[in-house]
Amino acid sequence: MSYKLQFAELLPYWNVLLYGLVFTIVLTIVSTVVGIAVGTAGAAARTFGPGWLGRIVAVYVELIRNTPFIVQLFFIFFGLPALGLKLSETTAAFLAMVINLGAYSTEIIRAGIEAVPKGHIEAGLSLAMSKWEVLRHIVLNQAFRKIYPALSSQIIIVMLGSAVVSQISAEDLTYAANYIASRNFRNFEVYLLVALAYLLLAMLTRSLLRALGRVIFKAR
Amino acid sequence: MSLVSIRDVRKSFGPNEVLKGVSLDIAKGDAVAIIGRSGSGKSTLLRCINGLETYQSGSIVADGIEVAGANTNLRELRRHVGMVFQQFNLFPHLTAAENVMLAPTVVNKVSKAEARATAAEVLAKVGLSEKMDAYPSELSGGQQQRVAIARSLAMRPKVLLCDEITSALDPELVNEVLRVVEQLAREGMTLILVTHEMRFARDVGTKLVFMHHGKVHEEGAPKEVFAAPRTPELQQFVGQVG
Ligand SMILES: Nc1ncnc2c1ncn2[C@@H]1O[C@H](COP(=O)(O)OP(=O)(O)OP(=O)(O)O)[C@@H](O)[C@H]1O
Ligand SMILES: [Mg+2]
Repeated sequence: MSYKLQFAELLPYWNVLLYGLVFTIVLTIVSTVVGIAVGTAGAAARTFGPGWLGRIVAVYVELIRNTPFIVQLFFIFFGLPALGLKLSETTAAFLAMVINLGAYSTEIIRAGIEAVPKGHIEAGLSLAMSKWEVLRHIVLNQAFRKIYPALSSQIIIVMLGSAVVSQISAEDLTYAANYIASRNFRNFEVYLLVALAYLLLAMLTRSLLRALGRVIFKAR
Repeated sequence: MSLVSIRDVRKSFGPNEVLKGVSLDIAKGDAVAIIGRSGSGKSTLLRCINGLETYQSGSIVADGIEVAGANTNLRELRRHVGMVFQQFNLFPHLTAAENVMLAPTVVNKVSKAEARATAAEVLAKVGLSEKMDAYPSELSGGQQQRVAIARSLAMRPKVLLCDEITSALDPELVNEVLRVVEQLAREGMTLILVTHEMRFARDVGTKLVFMHHGKVHEEGAPKEVFAAPRTPELQQFVGQVG
């Protein structure tokens, strides 16, 4: 037990780490925004849309929720080229994240929509609003307020899970760690540092989301 | 010429026939009180009038619009037929004024300023000028129900449907809501009220309808009907709740 920590050996790689960190942050933000948009559309289709569309969405959600993320990622990056769809590592990483979060958030948001009292929807319809106006102005706000904590947790899960994209050489934080360790063999220091970075990122994201929630849902 | 004309309407939920040929004519300015036992189909009838429920046969024409017509624009119908519910159903994320302003801005595309002026007017009418910026959670049940009435009035309906709008209220809050409805009746608003408030039905209603087993069992001028119910079913009902 006399291992001597040598963090100085990571210094020459600071730019690699920084790039990885930024990549992970951008990947998380983009997949969160687009994924929730997909989730909202999916949830709307399942609750307010025509039955055939709801069934297609249900298949999508079940497919994603019952398979490992890494397999989804590999399918998109290694599998799709067989159909002539060749994506870059970065594009494949973003796409897989959006598809994954889209499915989970569809389920979360749908639960929120279903928790809105039916009477509120009927009140909106009775005021001559269309189904979609009711969804937009009455249902979604209440739904998001209700499921915001669950959705926040899912965003953190997805951010931590994004480490997997390093497996197709998308240059995220974990990819940076692998890259450095394979060159200076300081595995302990590198992975300790990167673990701390993820920890910090997760805690920061959580408090940011909490603050954001307070601003968005200030009214009661 | 009746404003709402209901002809032999039949409605089933699965095998359960709930409306068994209901016919009713409601003229402009009528305040129709519908009474009857639980399960007699009162709510269902009301909900058929603004298209919240569909029916299998017969016809309902409200303000010249055939409710179940093949090309009926329910949106157009509902601009003229307002509804107030037992459970208030205010939108909890919006203030009283915003609740009232929502449909005029979204459906009628009026400006925010104009909608706010309308909201001020209708909220004053129900005695809640001071509560414009209160959220539903900050209001009593009676106040919430009055906001719900104001919200319907903001769309300037020709008919207002009220389904037991005082049944969810504490007894001491019932009167403030009934007073608002009474004033509307006096001003000539056409009202169709499902109610358990027999005194209100007698004193404010211009017409009384007793529903029994999915049919209009007896109807007439409230005071006469209450004074001398013709059918044994209504005699028994009035005896029980009277
Ligand atoms: N959505 C529905 N699905 C199936 N059955 C229904 C539905 N709504 C009402 N019913 C049935 O229709 C019948 C009439 O119901 P309705 O609500 O119209 O009665 P009501 O006269 O308003 O009674 P109450 O005084 O209790 O409000 C009841 O037997 C009820 O169980
Ligand atoms: Mg009822």
